[in-house]
Amino acid sequence: MNPVRKKRLILIGLMVTGVAIAVAFALNAFNQNLMFFYAPSEVMAGDAPPDHPFRLGGLVTTGSVQRQPDGLTTRFDVTDNVKTVTVQYTGILPDLFREGQGIVAHGKLNENGVFIADEVLAKHDENYMPPEVAASLKDAHNAATTPAAGTGAP
Amino acid sequence: MIPELGHFALILALCMAIIQAIFPLVGSLNRTPDWVALARPVAWGQFVFLSLSFGILTHAFLVNDFSVLYVAQHGNTELPTIYKISAVWGAHEGSLLLWVLILSGWTVAVASLTRNLPDEVVARVLSVMGMISIGFLSFLLFTSNPFERLFPVPVQGGDLNPLLQDFGLAVHPPMLYMGYVGMSVAFSFAIAALIGGRLDSAWARWSRPWTLVAWVFLTIGITLGSWWAYYELGWGGWWFWDPVENASFMPWLAGTALIHSLAVTEKRGAFKRWTVLLALLAFSLSLLGTFLVRSGVLTSVHSFAADPARGLFILMFLLLVIGGSLFLYALRAPGISRGGGFANLSRESLLLGNNLLLLVITALVLLGTLAPLLYDAFQWGKISVGFPWFTSMFVMFTPPLIVLMGAAPLTRWKQQDPAALLRSLRLALGISVVAGLVMALPVREGSLSAGLAVALSVWLLTTLLTSLKQRLKNRPGIGGLLADIASRGGRSYYGMWVAHTGIAVFVIGVTFVTQYDIEKDVRMSPGQEIQLNDYRFRFDGAVPHKGPNYSAQIGTIRVFRDGREITVLHPEKRTYLVQSRPMTEAGIDAGFARDIYVSLGEPLDNGDWAVRLYYKPFVRWIWLGGILIAIGGLLAASDPRYRMRVLASLRGSRTATGTASAEVHA
Repeated sequence: MNPVRKKRLILIGLMVTGVAIAVAFALNAFNQNLMFFYAPSEVMAGDAPPDHPFRLGGLVTTGSVQRQPDGLTTRFDVTDNVKTVTVQYTGILPDLFREGQGIVAHGKLNENGVFIADEVLAKHDENYMPPEVAASLKDAHNAATTPAAGTGAP
Repeated sequence: MIPELGHFALILALCMAIIQAIFPLVGSLNRTPDWVALARPVAWGQFVFLSLSFGILTHAFLVNDFSVLYVAQHGNTELPTIYKISAVWGAHEGSLLLWVLILSGWTVAVASLTRNLPDEVVARVLSVMGMISIGFLSFLLFTSNPFERLFPVPVQGGDLNPLLQDFGLAVHPPMLYMGYVGMSVAFSFAIAALIGGRLDSAWARWSRPWTLVAWVFLTIGITLGSWWAYYELGWGGWWFWDPVENASFMPWLAGTALIHSLAVTEKRGAFKRWTVLLALLAFSLSLLGTFLVRSGVLTSVHSFAADPARGLFILMFLLLVIGGSLFLYALRAPGISRGGGFANLSRESLLLGNNLLLLVITALVLLGTLAPLLYDAFQWGKISVGFPWFTSMFVMFTPPLIVLMGAAPLTRWKQQDPAALLRSLRLALGISVVAGLVMALPVREGSLSAGLAVALSVWLLTTLLTSLKQRLKNRPGIGGLLADIASRGGRSYYGMWVAHTGIAVFVIGVTFVTQYDIEKDVRMSPGQEIQLNDYRFRFDGAVPHKGPNYSAQIGTIRVFRDGREITVLHPEKRTYLVQSRPMTEAGIDAGFARDIYVSLGEPLDNGDWAVRLYYKPFVRWIWLGGILIAIGGLLAASDPRYRMRVLASLRGSRTATGTASAEVHA
């Protein structure tokens, strides 16, 4: 092998190794940062991880929103029309948060089965339903074969 | 009747695009000058018809012609005029029309500013742009006709999404599209060169200013989007790693790699294949961005209603473009000559390293953006990739990138003596390490990240100053500097200088606002005061207000520092009447070193409000950095050596042999 090619190969080899190591780290971190989505039925069935954050989505049950009088803590129920999970969130809710609206919350379950959310998302469109929520409503509907209201998602 | 004219104009534009795609290309291959000569007039024809069509849609919004479905959905008689105009591109159909119009605008620009390039090259470039135009025009006509009629005609329109009723968002999409679509010029030049089988320095020099201008627009578009998100979404974030933001960021990253790689190809004739691949990649990522936004496959604040037919169409188009261009590349790549050689330590090798890092970041952003789709497709579950992941990726790959950025301008082309490089970097290295350490000291509430950011920024600035000093060794004083800026190749250098300074400013902004910002969500009663850092906030209640097409509650918050009132902020909570949609307008006291940011959450009982109080140090530096980067790009693109006069004088010397070196070193 001529010396120029050899040098070039060493250079490329070094770069590739460096990049490979970095990418390995990146992919490892990637796996730890994945947040899975669960519907209330799945959470109640015990599918959701007890100690890892995940995303919970569904409709806010009408009449369930309770504000603690002294601060910014809110409790409300999220449902897929089959099962219901109580969510607790401290902070300012998004503009489009309201009863009957589809939402997605990030957070963890506590030991009482209450979902402690650190972020609540309601999308910027009245008629918009997060696709995960729409799908889970449909699944729950099919599984329960009971008439479910408000599944008129896109 | 008028909307139908708009529709016909679109159809005629499609016919023009078909002619533009076929005849000039075929003519350039079988040497039929008449067919080649068709390229420019047809490009103009297409532009005229598209402008007509766009003008007609705008007119329909201005006169509230709700018999047009698109206008009925997004227009409203109460909309202020500026938003009636921006409503044209406020949703799917119209924004696609804008896209095609901009593509046509770029085509016309290429047609008229390339008089000095060989006709057959221009013909091929315009042909490729015609093909892209066919794709988008048929998409528009067959799946998303903006001129579709509605009967019976409603008396009032559905109104523009209130989020879009804002100056920032009125100009953000056109800027971004200028960037996205501008990448098609670099792509078309690359494809034309592959078709012709001649990839040389001349090709790199021709496509370089176009790529730079497109990249500048992309930079401005992204910066505007970030600024808009900051003041309009009401919670002070400036970047969310939202799929649609990523969709604009990926072409920017690839474009950044491309402009650096083009520089190497132009100056040294090296990296040719790599540069071509990057040109293909940058535009493919722009198309992918369009696919992600327009198909609605991803959950995002930007997504319009999902329509599988549209998604499928763009996906097929995407596959066709990527597959076709890669196929052509595979055919031609073996024939591309090797460029100039270079040593392991040389400016080329550092730029190669920078290119690799940029592409790794692009690939990781792509992974994070597409992972939810892939997981869903393979039924592995519904996931989202956490914000922290993207951030940690960035923190991992940016520092080496910046280290290379600092060193590269001081490194010679072809070969650099390591000891000499170290000598010239010594001072900069010392200063930046000390600055970083001082910043990281715990006594100043420093943190490791802040220390690292300061070290990197100072490193960039000091190496830039060192390189300026070396460059001006023989041209002392301000006069020397000005003469140097005016010289051939001067603005390329100073463009780099300004853009890299922009990166230094940006890094400081990002790190400081992330490290030192204070955010507090509180419940406030009228008259209540809350202390945040050095600032005292007093809430003076909220009063109702009526706007043109919304009603609002306007709060009053006075901010004091050291007992003195420094500003009165009026955050608003608006409800837009037609779509009955609440909107938050933040109250911001902007400053060079800090922003004070307040926004209203929701009304509680007794006149109390949930309020967000933010202190955001150096947040302006993020956008200031973006502006500097854009100015740098413009400076580089305006370098005299790209001017036609120069090219014209070189035209005579362009013969079958030795095109490149003669021109570069002339």
